[in-house]
Amino acid sequence: MQRAAKIQFLRLFFILIFALAGASAQDWVRIEINRGAPIRLAVPDFKAASNDPQTAPLNTVFNQTLWSDLDNSGIFEMVSKSFYPLQTPGSPGEIKLDAWGNPPPNASFVAFGNLGISNGKIQVQGWLFDDKNTASPQVLGKQYQEAATPDNARLIAHRFADEIIYRLGGGIPGVAESKIFFISSRSGHKEVWAMDYDGAGQEQLTHLNSIALSPRVSPDGSRVAFSGLRDSWQILLYSLDLGRLISFAHFGGDNFSPAWSSDGSKFAFSSSMRSGHPEIYVTDATGSGAKQLTAVKGSDVSPVFNPKTNAQIAWVSGRTGLPQIFTMDADGSNVQQITKEGYAVSPSWSPNGLLLAFAWIRHYGPGAPGGQDIYIMDVASRQFVQLTHDSGRNDFPSWSPDGRHIVFQSTRTGSEQIWTMLADGTHQQQLTRTGKNSMPNWSYK
Amino acid sequence: MKPSKRNCIVVFTALLLALGVSGCGGKKPVQQPQTPPPQPKPVTATLSASPTSIERGQTSTLTWTTENADNVTLQGKKVDPSGSQSVSPGQSTDYHLVATGPGGTQDATARVTVTQPQQTTTTTTTTTTQSDEELFNQNVVDIYFDYDKADLRPESRQSLARAAQFLNQHPGWRVKIEGNCDERGSTEYNLTLGEERANAAKQVLVQGSVSADRLQTISYGKEKPVCTESTEDCWQKNRHDHFELLK
Repeated sequence: MQRAAKIQFLRLFFILIFALAGASAQDWVRIEINRGAPIRLAVPDFKAASNDPQTAPLNTVFNQTLWSDLDNSGIFEMVSKSFYPLQTPGSPGEIKLDAWGNPPPNASFVAFGNLGISNGKIQVQGWLFDDKNTASPQVLGKQYQEAATPDNARLIAHRFADEIIYRLGGGIPGVAESKIFFISSRSGHKEVWAMDYDGAGQEQLTHLNSIALSPRVSPDGSRVAFSGLRDSWQILLYSLDLGRLISFAHFGGDNFSPAWSSDGSKFAFSSSMRSGHPEIYVTDATGSGAKQLTAVKGSDVSPVFNPKTNAQIAWVSGRTGLPQIFTMDADGSNVQQITKEGYAVSPSWSPNGLLLAFAWIRHYGPGAPGGQDIYIMDVASRQFVQLTHDSGRNDFPSWSPDGRHIVFQSTRTGSEQIWTMLADGTHQQQLTRTGKNSMPNWSYK
Repeated sequence: MKPSKRNCIVVFTALLLALGVSGCGGKKPVQQPQTPPPQPKPVTATLSASPTSIERGQTSTLTWTTENADNVTLQGKKVDPSGSQSVSPGQSTDYHLVATGPGGTQDATARVTVTQPQQTTTTTTTTTTQSDEELFNQNVVDIYFDYDKADLRPESRQSLARAAQFLNQHPGWRVKIEGNCDERGSTEYNLTLGEERANAAKQVLVQGSVSADRLQTISYGKEKPVCTESTEDCWQKNRHDHFELLK
């Protein structure tokens, strides 16, 4: 799996550079990530396998979720349902492979199965068949059973989707069961909220009744660090297991934008604890042993560890005037300026450690065209690609654990809302619609 | 400020007690048996106050005696020929006794001097707080910044110099300096920009001899705008340091 992932990332990297080289005539370019040869996948609705009145509504939830997960993954070309054979297969005995593998569907793979309710439980059987391998077509055969609720219908669909994505997407686990943490003001105060990666199940976590900002989930998914307004701004920890705040070190001054190292052993954040100036500090996982990494005039904030190595930190500094993205080694040495023009903020390091996503007003100044958009940059070559265009102010990109998606905030609808897109800028989807929602952070798995 | 508040309450309580005492104490006239004069004798009158000097809210006792008078007034009001009375004047007062009899008229005067109490004179604590804050807000005023800058404008340095002088006259007062930004740009970067703005003001106050431990800084970034329109006028109002008196 490790090897497969590596190959996938190298391919991603290669395509990015290729697209940049071939697009010099345009003001901006689009890139293709993992889409060299999209796999044609057919997903007929699962067959109802019981007469229980709950079957139809839960099957609808399941089918919609499965389709949307596979479509969102960015690795499939979903074969339109209008091309499907009239007979819907509910089990391997009912499928006629040539009817799916030839035109009009011309699918490479077909995912199918059945869903029934018995004794208050949903039971799902799902298969993935390779249409071109008639001798031994079965790639996957899975069974699931959970209490019969809409949430569980969604959960089973996510699990089956992730199995398919893992099997056909280069051995990289899917993100259908991942979570997004964010700030919402819909309760009247800015609090930390959580939702599924597709926007379902939005739920309030904190009740500070002041202001909570910059949520960052721990690599093991058990805690969320954020900056909360008490007498001063403090780094606070919320335990998802306990459903409440747990203690963390208290620092002098104001403390902002916490970040975890990907092994969970270190924290980086911005603090005015010593000099009064916001500087980047690193502590261990308990908040002790604070070590100051920056000491140059100008604000320093928004640190993020390179999740592949934890040996580098990218952050935002105002030392040259307007904020720019910089990188340094995790001990504060070897400072490199990454962006050199405009207003660049909110770096997020891709899981493979090669790319930085960030928000950039590239042509900044009176009368300059362009808004604040999401870009990704190859750290080694400094080549960059713009992912959002002409669509309000976009900020706070955060990578999905598979490196194929980016969640971000945008004002394109008139208020701050949370959106996702594939890492090539396509498939942009709005996840939140109630109140103002901002500062999304995608879980590590 | 805490101890002085408590003193005010003590003074206030003492005043109430004193008023109560003056209401039900005193007025114990001593009846002098009158003997019909065979012939007019000279009228005499004496008036004394004890003590002659009080703090506002305290009481003094007036004592008077007369001889050969059939009409005696104190401050124009008829009183017994001899007696005593507690008084609690709000300001220094001359008390005037007039005794009239067949033998003529005689008067006597006593002065009760009223001094200011050593603590604040007002009687309720809320009035004190408001006036402190009004005074503070008149002398420690908001300062404003250029876009994406934490550098102090010349007029900001002048107003901070005045603020430092004022704070040096009120050494017990502590100050919260709140740095703020306009709505443009990133939430996290604006928090640190607000921090730099608050810190810039703090450094000038410290240079003006205000002790650093009296000054607390906090940034609200763009989280607490005073104005919510997307205009330069409104943005300018939001790019400011605000100062709060901490009690």
